[in-house]
Formats: sequence, structure tokens, C-alpha cells
Amino acid sequence: MSNRPALPAGLRLDARKTASLQCPLRTAPAPRIAVLAIDQGSGEAAEPIVTVGTRVGIGTPIARAASNAATDLHSPIAGVVVEIATRSTVAGVGRCILIENDATDARDPALAPVDWRALDGVTLLDCLRKAGIAGLGGAAFPAAGKLALARANAVAHLVLNGAECEPWICCDDALMRERAADVVLGGQVMLAASGATRCTIAIEDDKPEAIAAITAAIAAEQDDRVELVELPALYPLGAERQLIEAITGREVPHDALPPTIGVVCQNVGTAAAVARFVGTGEPLVSRIVTVTGSGVACPGNLEVRIGTPIADLVAACGGYQGDPARLIVGGAMTGRSLTSDLVPTTKGVNCIFAATLADLAVRDPEMPCIRCGDCATACPARLLPQQLHRAALADDRDALARLGLADCIECGCCDYVCPSQIPLTARFHAARLRMQLHDAERRRATEARERFERHERRLAEQAAAERLAFEDARRRARGAGPP
Amino acid sequence: MSDLLLLALGASLVNNFVLTNFLGLCPFVGVSRRFEAAAGMALATLFVLTLASGLSFAAWHWLLEPLGLGYLRTLVFIMLIAGVVQGTELVVRATSPLLHELLGVFLPLITTNCAVLGVALLNLDRQHGLLESLVFGAAAAAGFGLALLLFAALRERIDSGDVPAAFEGTPIALVTAGLMALAFMGFSGLGGS
Amino acid sequence: MSVTTLLPAVGLAAGLAATIGAALGWAASRLRPDAGSLVEQIDALLPQTQCGQCRYPGCRPYAEAIASGTADIDRCPPGGEATVRSLAALLGRAPIPVDPQFGPTKPRQVAVIDEERCIGCALCLPACPVDAIVGAPRFMHTVIEAQCTGCELCLPPCPVDCIELRLTADLPG
Repeated sequence: MSNRPALPAGLRLDARKTASLQCPLRTAPAPRIAVLAIDQGSGEAAEPIVTVGTRVGIGTPIARAASNAATDLHSPIAGVVVEIATRSTVAGVGRCILIENDATDARDPALAPVDWRALDGVTLLDCLRKAGIAGLGGAAFPAAGKLALARANAVAHLVLNGAECEPWICCDDALMRERAADVVLGGQVMLAASGATRCTIAIEDDKPEAIAAITAAIAAEQDDRVELVELPALYPLGAERQLIEAITGREVPHDALPPTIGVVCQNVGTAAAVARFVGTGEPLVSRIVTVTGSGVACPGNLEVRIGTPIADLVAACGGYQGDPARLIVGGAMTGRSLTSDLVPTTKGVNCIFAATLADLAVRDPEMPCIRCGDCATACPARLLPQQLHRAALADDRDALARLGLADCIECGCCDYVCPSQIPLTARFHAARLRMQLHDAERRRATEARERFERHERRLAEQAAAERLAFEDARRRARGAGPP
Repeated sequence: MSDLLLLALGASLVNNFVLTNFLGLCPFVGVSRRFEAAAGMALATLFVLTLASGLSFAAWHWLLEPLGLGYLRTLVFIMLIAGVVQGTELVVRATSPLLHELLGVFLPLITTNCAVLGVALLNLDRQHGLLESLVFGAAAAAGFGLALLLFAALRERIDSGDVPAAFEGTPIALVTAGLMALAFMGFSGLGGS
Repeated sequence: MSVTTLLPAVGLAAGLAATIGAALGWAASRLRPDAGSLVEQIDALLPQTQCGQCRYPGCRPYAEAIASGTADIDRCPPGGEATVRSLAALLGRAPIPVDPQFGPTKPRQVAVIDEERCIGCALCLPACPVDAIVGAPRFMHTVIEAQCTGCELCLPPCPVDCIELRLTADLPG
């Protein structure tokens, strides 16, 4: 590790994780009705392969991915499919498969451990794809897809992200403390699947128990391809591009993915899910979720079946207490507010945060920018939020592109430090959406123009052909014969 | 050599034609709303001023003075300047119709830019040789261009900011120009001129 | 002032004027104005509906008119305020509202053929400037939604008025 700072900027935030880590990992009760979202966000969806009335066990496949950015879905409980209908989910409103629990908790008999050491990389990738394993760090992108891209780019370096820099979230910390061996095994399986030769597990230095557990697990495996790296506890060091820059010293280009510079990054939770799959054959049907905030009686980390309503999780943690002002999915910096606690969890939900006003940094009304420059000092992507804000307000698309709006990771550091309380992240998000809309419009217009030009050419050729035919007919009619 | 350097410094910074002598204000305020237009105007003026300086020197020393027609200098200089400006306009129209569109009427108005005629006449007054005339012209245009580019950059930023309604547009631009002129006063005494 | 002193003065002035004029005339004939690239840049900002509401037969003729100064930038209702602002930014002018005499600005819409009423006459097919209607005589016609620009040119030729325009938000999917 070099002496240069791990991040060019970033913030030291109060972690607020001790309350949730006081108790060991608990298992949340299985839901009475599991609601599995088929629409997985960003237009990606899966196709159901079951119908109403199908009997399923834990791990039975219920939907197949319809694109490369979606994952297969499996039943988290044993029971009967009762409905395929539109429901509210964390990502919005979409089609869901509803399964009623028959209380037998029976596993699908087809599940079997995978002898991963005997398989070649490509076959192993196929197994992982069928296991429906998604990135559990929040984006829920198919893990097999990411590892396949790594194989295609001959990536040598696998990074397991245990940084967990965002305040309040501690599911990865709990996982590493209690299931460190799974994390290391998952890393080894991923090395085999991706063809990488080196695995770095990155943990922030405010998690000494997790560091100790992982160190012991690595020592037990005696695999010198796997190493542990400690990083300073800075937000947002856990963001993929920032993490890769801190560990390797190289920046991922803004218009490319990490495999193009020889690195692939996966969350430690994803690695543990891979380990469970190869060990028991169980696909991704449960994950660890942190339930926290001053609005919950007994905050903690729970092993949760995918599709459990959030209200059940809060109840498992002693229910609400005090006066929670917001129910947030995610952490304090990048989380989103929910309007109902009846929505089900998905593969991407890592934290439920019942926040009272005291937990949140309440914002004062916005004031004009005073050009202090604190935002530029705090930006981990080395952008100039002050200039981006001016360009966003003026809707100056050229300036926004030039200043690198595409590189903004919407971490919220600039919001946090702004003395004028300007909602910068929200402005940049809106500006980004406007730019995407505008680009889509331009593409449509260009396509329309090309079709129009083809249409004109076709008409011109038709007219020319008709003229020729007319001339020919006229010549023949005059008895002059062909020219 | 150092004389030429001092001459250039004087013409471009110490006695900046726009901000110290307050000549050429029409294109200064008229073209500075967009940086691209200002850059185009600065280049066009550089070309015109240098060429006009040289041509007017030649016209004076080889035509007007030997023939004793010195009193025709204003007329002849204006004709030369107009010719050069029109030639520049033809070139701009052929190479970049967008720039031609952006500059609009201000391109032919370089003819009436008092800085251009001013440089030609000052060359006579101070009895500059050919090289000195050219350097003086180019440096004056460089100073004009610098002021114009700085002003355009400032105006672009001000336009997207929160200006009180009474100041929007020209008023705030003139206030800014005044502050820039104050700033350029810092150059006075530089080079001992 | 005698003629002998005036003559050289007038002669010089006239001679200079003639020389400069001749040089400029020669330069003008050699330096043709490059209108093409400006027209391209303007055309790239237009919505390409080819609807003709601007009273020009297509988007490119309108772009040429703007470039030559014949038409102002406020004649495109499908482009709306956004297009006027982009054109104003490109040409360094102040943005103006779309002139209502060229039509109302509508949100994005697509043509939908009511299959119950369509008689398969194929009169709407040639009317579409981007060939977004598929069909043949006595076969069902349909509009390819992704390619329809909402220009409304297919509505007049239909003898049974079976084409209607719907906002894209109202369409399923």
C-alpha cells in the first residue's frame, strides 16, 4: 500500500453501527406470503415459469431471466403459487409472483451441492447463472454476468468489497464476523469461475472483529492467492470505482467497466451466497439485511428470505418505537424513502432504516451558492459540483458533459458539506435524467431522418424506373424498336 | 528587440485599447455574449489590425507622402480597412458559416472600429517604422482580444447566474467592464511608459 | 485648390477604390460561401417529423431557410420550446416563443390505426414520410409505434378516418 491517501476526497462520517451489531445474527421468520418481484428495476425483467397452483419447495426456479441484466428467481419458501399480479415493490410497481407458505419449509429435492473444483470455468459460470446470484451490494447485477465479462477480458484481480462505508448499514460486517469462511470460499469459487489469479478482500479499519475473522479464515485455507487489505474508514470508499482506485491505484475510465483495466469487484455477501450454493445447492433465496434506526426497538442484522414484507422484519426487531419520521431502504446517504412498509424485500435491499428526525441531518431551506468550494474538496470523483450546479441550473448540456456529469456517483458528499444546504445530488440526478431524455430524442430524430432519406431515395428510384418504362413503351408504340 | 517588446507590452496591456483608452467598445459589448463568437471576433480583429497597420504604413510612405497627399490619409486608411474587413468576411463565410452567423453584423462593423483607425493614425503620429507598425498593430489586437475573451467568459457566467431584473443584460455588463478597467489600471507604469 | 492639386488626389482615391474593389470581386468569386455545414448543424437540431407545419416541405428545407435568413426559428411546433432554445443557442440569438400560426405544440404522440374500421385501401402508406406504416392493399395496415414521429400526414388520405393520434403515455407497454 502506498502512502498516498486512499481517496482524493470523501468524508469521515459517524458510522452509527454499534447498536445493530450488539446482538449476533438472527434469522427472521419466513413470511406467510412471499412476494417475488419479476420486474427487477431499470426495465429488466424475468419470465415466470410457474403458474397459479404450482407447488414449489425452497430453491425451486420460478422465473427465468429475460435479459443479461436480470437474474433467475427461485422460491424462498415451500408452498403454492397463489397469484401472479401487479404489486408495489421497492423499485416501484411491477409484476410479482406470490407464494403462500405451507409451513413445511421443504427444500426442493433437486438441489444438490456442486463439486466446483471439478468443473471448468465456463460450466461453473453457467451453474452460478442458474443459481440466480445477484450482486448483494445494492445494484443486484447478475454476478455470473460480471464474472463472465471478467473472463472475457482476461481479468487477473478479483476484489471482494467488504468496505461498507455508508453509515447505519452493517450487514456485511455481521456476515464477515460470523461467516468469514463462506466469504473466503466464495472468493475461491469466483477465482475459478472468472479465471482471475488474485483475490483481495477489502475491509475498512473500523471493523476490527471482521478483520480478525477474515484473517483467520484466510489462514485456515492456506491459499496465498487470497489476501486482506485494510482501508481507512472514509465515505464513499466502498463505491466500486473508488474502491478499485484505492486498491490498485488505477482509475476506471468513466465510459468503461472495471474489467477493462483488469479488475472485477464483487460484494462479500455475493461471495457468501456463492459459497452456500456450491456447498448445499441452494440458490439465492435469502440474504442478510440490517434493520436499524432509532425508530426500531431492537436494531440488528437478520437473515431474511427474499420477498418478506418489510413490516415483518421490523416486527422481528421488536417493532417501531418512538416517532420514526422516515422508512428508508438503504443507508443515510444514498437510501430512498418508502411510503409503505408492506413492500417486499428484493435481492438488492441491504438495509431498512427507520429514522427519527434525530437520526437524520435535517436540511434547512436552500440558500444561494456562496462559492466556498467545499463541495469540490469533498467530491470523491474529483468533480466540481459548484460548476456542475451552475450548468444544471442553466440547463447547459455541453457544460454538463464537459464537466463530467457522467462520472458523478451520487454519493451525497457535496450535499453533506454544503453550507448553503443546496440539494446538489438531487439536481445532478435530475440533470442526468434530462440529458438521457434529450439523447434519446436526438437518436430518434436521427433515425427518423435516415428513414425519411431512404423513403425519398426509394420514391426517386421508383419515379426513374417508371419514366424509363414509359419511354420504352412509347418507343415500342411508335414502332421504332428498342434504342 | 527590447524596444519592440516594450512597444508590444504597452499596446496590449498598459494602454489596452478597450479598457484603458475605451476604443472599440461596440464589438466589445456586442459580441461578448458567447465565448465562441468572442473568440472568432478576436481572431478577425487580430488579422484586420495587423494587415491594416502594414497596409496603411505602406500607403503613407510610398503613396501619400511622396505625392504630398497627406491630407487624404483618413479616406485612404478607411478604404484599406474596409477592403481588408470585407476580405475577412469572405474568408469567414467560406470556412465557417456558423461563425459568420454568430458574428452577424459585427464582422463588417470592424471597419468602423475606432481602434483599427486609431492604430493606423497613431503609427503615423509616433513615426513608427514598418516593423514597429506591425508589432504595434498586432499587440493592440492581442490586447483587444484578451479583454474581449475575458469579458465574454465573465458574461457567460453572469448570464446563467441570479442577476437582479434591473441589471439584466447590458447594465451588469457595463458594471463588469468598469471593474475590469479598474483592474487593468494595475498595469499603469509597467515598462516605464 | 486648382485642378492640378485635385487630380492626383482624386486619381489616387479612385485608383485605390478600383484596385480594392477588383481584388475583392476576384476573392468573392473564388471563395464560395459554405452554406452546407451550417444547414447540417441546424438540421441536426430539428425533430425530423417532416410534417410540413413550418410551410416548408420537410425539415431540411426549413433548415436551409433558417441558414439563409429567410425564415425565423419559431416555426416548428413539434420541436416546441426545446428546439427553439437549441436553435437560439446555436445561432447566438435570443429565444422566442413558437409562433402559434404554424400550429399548436403537442406532446409526443403516435398514430394508431383502428383495425375494426380499416378497409385496407393502402392510401395511408405512401403518405408516411418515414415508411412507418406496414400493410398492403386488402391486408390489415398497422403503424410501427417505435418509428412513428406523430407528423399526422397519414390522417387526411384515410377515407374512413380510422387513424387517431394517441399520446405515447396512453399506450400499453
